[in-house]
Order: sequence, then structure tokens, then C-alpha cells
Amino acid sequence: MKTFRMGGIHPKAYKFSAGMKIQPATIPQQVIVPLGQNLGGPSLAIVVPGDMVKVGQMIAKASGFVSANIHSSVSGKVNKIDVALDSSGYKVPSVYIDVIGDEWLETIDRSLEIKRECLLTPPEIIKKISDSGIVGLGGATFPTHVKLSPPPGKKAEVLIINAVECEPYLTCDHQLMLEKGEEILVGVSILMKAIGVNHAVIGIENNKKDAIEHMQNLSKTFEGIQIIPLKVRYPQGGEKQLIDATIGRQVPSGSLPIEVGAVVQNVATTFAIYEAVQKNKPLFERIVTITGKSIYKHGNYRARIGTPLSVLVEQAGGAPEDTGKIVAGGPMMGRALSSLDVSVAKGTSGVLFIPSLESARKKMSNCMRCAKCVKACPMGLEPYLLMKESERSMWNEMESDRIMDCIECGCCAFSCPSNRPLLDHVRFGKTTVGKIIRNRQVKK
Amino acid sequence: MNIIIISILTLLVVGAISAIVLFIVSKKFKIFEDPVINKVVEVLPSVNCGGCGFPSCRGFAIACQKAESLEHMVCTVGGLQTMERVATILDKKAGSQYSTVAVVRCGGSCKIRLEKNQYDGVKSCSIAHNLYGGHTGCAFGCLGFGDCKVSCKFNAIDLNPLTGLPEIDEDKCTSCNACVRACPKAIIELRRKGIKSHRIVVNCVNKDKGSRIIESCPVACTGCGKCVKECAVDAITLTNNLAYIDSTICTLCGKCLEVCPTKAIIEVDFPGRKHLIKMDQTVI
Repeated sequence: MKTFRMGGIHPKAYKFSAGMKIQPATIPQQVIVPLGQNLGGPSLAIVVPGDMVKVGQMIAKASGFVSANIHSSVSGKVNKIDVALDSSGYKVPSVYIDVIGDEWLETIDRSLEIKRECLLTPPEIIKKISDSGIVGLGGATFPTHVKLSPPPGKKAEVLIINAVECEPYLTCDHQLMLEKGEEILVGVSILMKAIGVNHAVIGIENNKKDAIEHMQNLSKTFEGIQIIPLKVRYPQGGEKQLIDATIGRQVPSGSLPIEVGAVVQNVATTFAIYEAVQKNKPLFERIVTITGKSIYKHGNYRARIGTPLSVLVEQAGGAPEDTGKIVAGGPMMGRALSSLDVSVAKGTSGVLFIPSLESARKKMSNCMRCAKCVKACPMGLEPYLLMKESERSMWNEMESDRIMDCIECGCCAFSCPSNRPLLDHVRFGKTTVGKIIRNRQVKK
Repeated sequence: MNIIIISILTLLVVGAISAIVLFIVSKKFKIFEDPVINKVVEVLPSVNCGGCGFPSCRGFAIACQKAESLEHMVCTVGGLQTMERVATILDKKAGSQYSTVAVVRCGGSCKIRLEKNQYDGVKSCSIAHNLYGGHTGCAFGCLGFGDCKVSCKFNAIDLNPLTGLPEIDEDKCTSCNACVRACPKAIIELRRKGIKSHRIVVNCVNKDKGSRIIESCPVACTGCGKCVKECAVDAITLTNNLAYIDSTICTLCGKCLEVCPTKAIIEVDFPGRKHLIKMDQTVI
């Protein structure tokens, strides 16, 4: 069975919420829609307090090419445009909307009927995706239309769909494939048309056997779509790792996947693209997994963007008493939340409750040069060395040791027997070196 | 016998050739250095802190010798006295640069700015800042892991265990700028030392709007602007909901302290004035 060639680890899966039907989440009294939900420029609000909005109406427009539109997830009245907490504890501008009823825009097709025919031309499809504010729903929230517009001179050869879901605990993509398999495949064929390729592969990890089987059965009626079961290994959902695992090409250091002719999209993004292109429905809701070892009701919820996490958690039976950390996203790449007042954003794939016994960091001891981190690193870096350099502020050395290739997957810190905080230091070094490089480019 | 003479002669010839080569090289590639530079280096503090903006005390001395006037050259460690001595050596006029001191602009101690979440990562302000907003409701305030203390070469900064905030020993502080650069939240600022170290400072860097700050920190500057109206010499400006007192204009009259509703403006080192709350009392 295929997998990527370098590094990687195998954490326990803990997929408690696997096979649980996607339930609609309660619509709260008030939603708080953050304006900076994507990588790149934050969006600019186009509504003013007092405006009445409908579900699916645009409330903020993209501030540049690498930016995305934001649409209202509820119907009601704009209360105010003010700052609100984001998942990292900083305050970001957000639109507060008081919910009145649930009135959708007339243009949105709400029927469940599957529309397989797409008569739009590729530029029209990309325009529609861009208008619908679709971003990568795997967690990185990179605007999708940017990924679909390769730089001049580059040609996409193959489309890769990321249905790996290598993070432990999370099951939102798995469940989406089981329930909306055909829609996803239509989305894949729309994407293939948009970028002009006739071959697409869907990579699914082998611990989701039912999803693999289901998708394989469905894909028989679609041309050029191949399902590839992959060996269970973290971080297979990383873009570069997935390209290596599925088509066996390695992306050179510092370049984009288009360099090897690949375009990678997440499976949830593909579903959002289907809805946007075929049903005229912009991106205003997503599937969020709520799980944890001691939570009462695990589940996959379809939540409107802007729903406060506290409302969602309430629906899942409240936070367990022994909670030590609440993490937005998976346990490996996700970040601990400082408050449950944070609202669901386009990149929120899950809310994970970690018991206090497991959440505390263990005592750190000295590095014993066992090189487990070097073996685990999927990008071929030397995390122990990068940590030392970061501690000593040796930024130039870090840059030549390819710190910018780090994908912050956390394999190094996971595998360290001395419990050294490798990722903390490496991530700090990466931010600092990134700033230095940007400053240098500005000077030029 | 013969062999000894040959060896001595060979050595002499090699020695002579080397001497000639060295002589030519030393004449040809000689770099003239003004002896005055060494004299200047002698009066400088030789701590190589970099506070003057030059990589070492020697670099500063060379820059002083080349500079047309010493108006903008200042040795932060040595202060005015040293600059006057440098000026006499170089026969130039010393600038009238006032001496400065590092000031921590955050009054959110453990007791008034309550912890809302626990951080168990690496105990470093810059790493914590890179990760998230902070352990309290205020995303602008001091994180309290002491990056400034680590950066200080003169042991002038200590973390007060009661308040969790750094405190600067003014006698030791040389205003070398190291802590200002180390603080990821940009809380520390170099301010004019003033007469007898009297100072009036806005003890906050929070740029949020008023109503929200008070929930997380009762001694924060809310940007109400009362001090701006009160100030007779226009030393206070209000930008991004934060008042700032220009220490070069401030006359230390103390009117702003009285009108500040949250006591975010504090005065330091005024032993005579009892009617105003001193820093230590508000903080602990």
C-alpha cells in the first residue's frame, strides 16, 4: 500500500465519532463572523449596523487576489462590526448578526437532488468559486481560486483530492464522504474541468475502509477518477506528503505543488465547490467534529460559520469536568483555545476536549541525540538542531538549514523521548526567519 | 663544522628575505589609525552593549571621530559626562542629549489582571507571543516570562514575584535598548530620565476600546481622552485608544493623574506628593 517516503509517525486513531450521522447544529441567537478567516488579506465588511441580511448574502468582500468573500450564515440584522476573540486569543474585527428566522436567498437551490451536469466554462467555474468565498477547508484556509489559477507557464497535470484525514480524533471528512459521496465526485469532475486535467486521484487512509469502498463504487460512473487507499501514517494529509504518497512525485524545497504538475484540494472543499457551482450556495457552513475521550455525545455537526463554540459544545452535552485543554482542530496540528467564546470559522474542523491528565506537558529532560525527531520529520529536517539554533537566535543558520520547509506537523515533539518542546522553538524560529526573509524582499 | 655554518647562513638569508618582505608589506599596506580613537575608547565604558547603534565601543569611537558634530552621538551607558569627555578629546562640541531610562508600561499585576487560561509551553515571552494572545484577557499586556530580564546585560531588570511584572533598577539601567528589542509586546520604552528621575507615564499599552478593557484589566488606559483635555502643554496625544505622554514636553504638573478614571497614568519617584497613589500601592 502506498504512503510517503520520508519520516512520519503513527499516533493512535481515537476516531470515536466515526460513522455518526452529520447533524445540523443549533442556530444561535447571535453569530459572530470573523473578517479574517483565510490566509492572506482579511476581508472588508460591506454591511453596516442595522442592515438586514439573508442566509448566503455577501457581507464582506475580498481585499485582494489572495483573500476571500464572506457570506452571512444566518438571516437577521447586523448588530455591530466590532472586534471579537479569535482562536489565538487576539481580537479580530468581526460582524455581529442577530438571528431573525432562517430566510435563505432565493438563488440558492436547497433541493437534495444531485445535479451532475455542469455547463460552465473553466473561467466561469473559477469565478463562481471565488465569488462563493471558498477556501481550503482542511485547516490552512488558503483561498481556493488562487490554487486553481496556476502562474503563467505552469500546467496542472493531475488533481489530487485530500481525503486522508490523518489527524487522530477528527471524522468530519470521513462522514462527509459516506453521506455526500456522489456530490463530492461531481465536485471533483467540476474541478477537473476548471483546471483542464482528465485525471484525478482521491487519497483515503486505509482506516476508513467503508469510505474507500463507497467511493470506489460511486467512482465507476465517473471518468478519470481513481481512489487510492493509503497506509495509515501521519502527516499524510500534508500537501507535499500526499503528492508523494499518491503520484510518487516530490515537490522541491521552497516551491509549490504546481511545480510537479499537481493541484491538491481537500475533500470538504470539493463538496463546498459542488454546492457553490451546482446549487449556488456560498460557503457559510461546514462540518465540525466534536469529540474527546470523556465527552458525552461525540458527533459531527453541520455548523453555520460564526456560531460560538460554546453553543456547539452545549449541543454535544457540555464540556466534561476533567477537561484540561480544548483544542480547535486535531490533536497534532490544532491549537489550544483560550476561550469557548470563539466562533466557528471556515478553518475549524473540530473541537477536541483533552482530559487534564493527558493535556499537561511532561517533564523535559536533556537531548540525548537519539535522532528520533530526525527520523520522524517528514520534510527531512533536523529538529533538534533547529531548536538549538532557535534558542541561540541563529537565524541565518536556521534559514540555511531549510527551516521554511517545516510544515509544523509536530512529529518531532511527538516522537521525542525527552519531552523536549521542539515544535515551540522551531515554530518560533520559522516565524522569525519568515519575517527576516519578507523584510529582505521588501528592501529589494 | 661545515654543516653548522651552512645552517646558520641559510637561516640568516631566510631571515633577511623575510624581513625585507615584511618591511615592504608593512609600508605598502599600512592603515593609518588616528591615535585619538584609542584615547576615546579608553573613556568609553567598554561594555559593547550596542545601545548607541554601533556594534562596539570601538565602532562608536571611530564614528565619533568621523562625525562632524556630536549632536546625535550619545553613549547611553556613560551618559552626558562621558560624552563631554569624548568631546574634549576630539575637540568637538558635545550634544545636549538628555539621558533616558527604560520604563515598563504595564500595570496589570497578577491580582488585578486575572489569569484566564494556563500556558504550559516554553517559558519565553517571544514564543508565547508567537502562539497566542496571552494568559489574561488583555492581549497587549506583559506575559511575565522575563525575556527582558534575560536580555539585560547589566542585571537592571528583575521580575517582581508579587506582581509578576518586570521592574527596572534605574541606577543600573543604561538604556541600551536591549529590553525594548526583546519585549514582543513592545511594552518597554526608553523615556527621558528627567530631573531627579521624576516621571509621569501612561502605564498601559492596550489599544482596545474602553468598555472591553475594563473587564480584563481595571487599570488599563481606556482612551477616554480626559488627560488630553487637561494637559496645558499638549504633551499628551491619543492614538488607537491609547494616551501617550511625550516626556520631552511634559512639565510634570500631575493634572492628568487626577483626572484619569482608571489610574492608568502613574507618577514615579515623587516622594513629596502624598495625595496621589503611588505605583507600588496600585500594583500590589
